[in-house]
Amino acid sequence: MSESIALNHADGSPVFLDTEGKHHPENGTLLGFWIYLLSDLMVFGSLFATFGVLAHAYAAGPSGGDLFDLRLIAANTAILLLSSITYGFAMLAMLKRNVRATIGWLLVTGMLGLAFLAIEVYEFHHLVHLGAGPQRSAFLSAFFALVGTHGLHVLFGVVWLVVLCVQVGKWGLNRTTTRRIACLSMFWHFLDVVWIGVFTFVYLMGVL
Amino acid sequence: MSDHTSHDQDFLEDGIPHVSAKEYLAGFALSVVLTAIPFWLVMAKVLPTPAITTLAILAFAMAQVVVHMVCFLHMNPKSEGGWNLLALIFTAVLLVIVLIGTLWVMHHMNSNMMPATHDMQRMQDMQ
Repeated sequence: MSESIALNHADGSPVFLDTEGKHHPENGTLLGFWIYLLSDLMVFGSLFATFGVLAHAYAAGPSGGDLFDLRLIAANTAILLLSSITYGFAMLAMLKRNVRATIGWLLVTGMLGLAFLAIEVYEFHHLVHLGAGPQRSAFLSAFFALVGTHGLHVLFGVVWLVVLCVQVGKWGLNRTTTRRIACLSMFWHFLDVVWIGVFTFVYLMGVL
Repeated sequence: MSDHTSHDQDFLEDGIPHVSAKEYLAGFALSVVLTAIPFWLVMAKVLPTPAITTLAILAFAMAQVVVHMVCFLHMNPKSEGGWNLLALIFTAVLLVIVLIGTLWVMHHMNSNMMPATHDMQRMQDMQ
């Protein structure tokens, strides 16, 4: 039981004093950001469900087995996984309040993100060049919608990384910048979790 | 956040998990193994039928999601007073309903669909 004493302001509105010092959490940003990520997960869930329904709607066009080059996908998976651990090193450097190491690891993570995007753009360009663009079949529409949405998230993550590097360089590590680094860490690792679903459902099961 | 009250930790926002290098490295090593095996299973066609391979790679994917949640996203029953995990479980239930429900309903619609005109034409030709 928390005890509180009620007082009144001059205008009659109540004043609440928490005598046990259990004030509400000072910050709900990390929890709120986690809730946002889970709602984003529902977006991906709908795209996965759409892809699942249309996965064999080839319209007499090419199937995943005809189109996907698994070596390319393995390279992309390795890059994204590597970027997860480099972001982890940025978090560790942040906890030690090492500004230069934090910025350095964030930049390495950003470079890996760009490499991932470069390979993905190359893959998409190659598919469109083959005549297997999103307009070819329902399967390819669903494929481009799902993988493209993930790629856009990575792109926004890279933009955010660059902005954070500038902010940390300018202001150092304080409550504001550490909060933003922790939020982006969740975002970045979340994208890697979604990618597990993409390479399993879309690519590996697509060529089986 | 009693573990942040020491003065030299004041630059950190409340609620940032205290992560260790060991946690990240263990997560990374496990993820590499759990990624490499499904790629190998599919690329080298190790298992006898595609159905068995599908089940195997789905199991590896689920295991890897758990590894990422624990090692990289630092999910545990205590973070944010349990609200993180509760929200995650709620979303997982919704996801299962959306995914299984969609596939189930659409599969049945597909199976029970009236044959399209050109299919009926073909059936008439066969008679």
